[in-house]
Amino acid sequence: MQSLTSRAKQVDRSPMTVVERLYLWNIFKGMWITLKHFFRKKPTIHYPEEKRPFSPVFRGLHILNRDEEGRERCTACGLCAVACPAEAITMEAAERVSGEENKYREEKYAARYEINMLRCIFCGLCEEACPKDAIYLSETFAPANYQRKGFIYGKDDLLIPHPKENPEEYQKAVGSRAKAPANA
Amino acid sequence: MAEEKKLFKVTIDNITVEVEPGTTILNAARMIGGDVTPPAMCYYSKLKGSGGKCRTCLVEVAAGSTADPRPMPKLVASCRTTVMDGMIVKNITSEKVPDARAGVVEFLLLNHPLDCPVCDQAGECHLQDLSFDHGKEGTRYEFKRRTFEKHNLGPYIQLHMTRCILCYRCVYTADQLTEKRAHGVLDRGDHAQIATFIEKNLDSDFIGNVIDVCPVGALTDKTFRFKNRVWFTKPVDAHRNCTKCCGEVQLWMRGDEVFRVTARKDEWGEVKESTKGGTGWICNDCRFDKKSVSDWTIEGPSNVSRHSVISQGHYVGLQKPTETMPAVMGGRQPRLLMDIHSVSEVNPESVELSKINRPAHSSDFNSDKS
Repeated sequence: MQSLTSRAKQVDRSPMTVVERLYLWNIFKGMWITLKHFFRKKPTIHYPEEKRPFSPVFRGLHILNRDEEGRERCTACGLCAVACPAEAITMEAAERVSGEENKYREEKYAARYEINMLRCIFCGLCEEACPKDAIYLSETFAPANYQRKGFIYGKDDLLIPHPKENPEEYQKAVGSRAKAPANA
Repeated sequence: MAEEKKLFKVTIDNITVEVEPGTTILNAARMIGGDVTPPAMCYYSKLKGSGGKCRTCLVEVAAGSTADPRPMPKLVASCRTTVMDGMIVKNITSEKVPDARAGVVEFLLLNHPLDCPVCDQAGECHLQDLSFDHGKEGTRYEFKRRTFEKHNLGPYIQLHMTRCILCYRCVYTADQLTEKRAHGVLDRGDHAQIATFIEKNLDSDFIGNVIDVCPVGALTDKTFRFKNRVWFTKPVDAHRNCTKCCGEVQLWMRGDEVFRVTARKDEWGEVKESTKGGTGWICNDCRFDKKSVSDWTIEGPSNVSRHSVISQGHYVGLQKPTETMPAVMGGRQPRLLMDIHSVSEVNPESVELSKINRPAHSSDFNSDKS
């Protein structure tokens, strides 16, 4: 029968010699291999201290974007919810009253906005559907939790920090990728 | 013999129909139905005198009649041109019509703000459909779009003048359905606007119908304003005994909440004939004040074209799967079931948005938090 690979090796079933029966030689042989790996380049990284860079197309946790003045971009148009194949997004809209112009960009805004991270499949269709550049998938994971309750993300969890009041946190949330979601 | 002579033969896109003299090309095309029918933004078959303003229904007349088979030199507005015997009309088979219509759409959209994400009409907007079907991708207009001072039309009707295409349908509605018309088109040209001359509430009994006839989002229901998107609500046919109107309406519901009440629409987006005869206009009472299920006798879900965004997620003929968990676990419910309402802040039972008779504000959402 033709072998499947050129590296196939016949199993040697001949009785072991005295030296082989001592096992010492094989132990040294194995130790030598272990020793060699001490001086090799490490393929692993120390995760919490060191983090791998995200790919530019990575789709992580959602953020709700603000414009350069810190006003919320979302107008609760519902296109993300209708695009969502997992039906993870729900929202309730409200009308902006006078005095709230610095908080919301348009006359209608999302008073409530929730993403059920248990349902979300991180496909990014909400990001594609959004006509207002309001929702982006960031370079963060949804952190683990002991309870399912913790995966219903409201506006408090999703909104990006205020770019003027909290510029450091804002920059962190915008992330390191080239096509930064900030103020497109 | 005399009756047979009365009918005119007209050929629209190679389909021949026999219609009565005096029928417009548009109505003849509607008798055929389907793709052959030209779109219409201003013509409304239930309103006398409407039509001839928007130019979206332009068609090519390849032969005027059997007696005079010369083609008409220009494209004609099909809603205002009556048929002649032996007339040959080209709509989708014409080479000129799609081009002209794309131009008309571009004109209609010149000053349109394209704020569809905010607009309540989105999803059932004729201008959206029109520009999707017949428009071009971009605009060549480089100037600022016209804006208007906000004009308050009272507690029921919200006016967004920037979205208006000046089809005059609401003016005819007020003329023909109410005793006294309080609004009209003021000023001329670019400044033309729908308004009451001195800021005044529109409060005639049937004035709510201007919302139904408006092809765009210029006149919308203030009691429904921003409450929900059209495609997340479920249209249901319902009726009640109303002394003023036919009482046959369409409810737009979510769960047991009635978010909006409108008249029933036919396939052309116009108010349907009621079963009692006459057009099914509905009164303000039915439209704005009856927002509970108990006010209505529900007949069943409305038929929605499956190409409409409104048909998304309504799961017609939905079969609820049987719960397997108790069956498998000997009648016991799993201990770790999560009730979404215990966590989610959206759609809480304490707030009934449909019962608020105005758009929801931040105060409505913050009050129940404390």
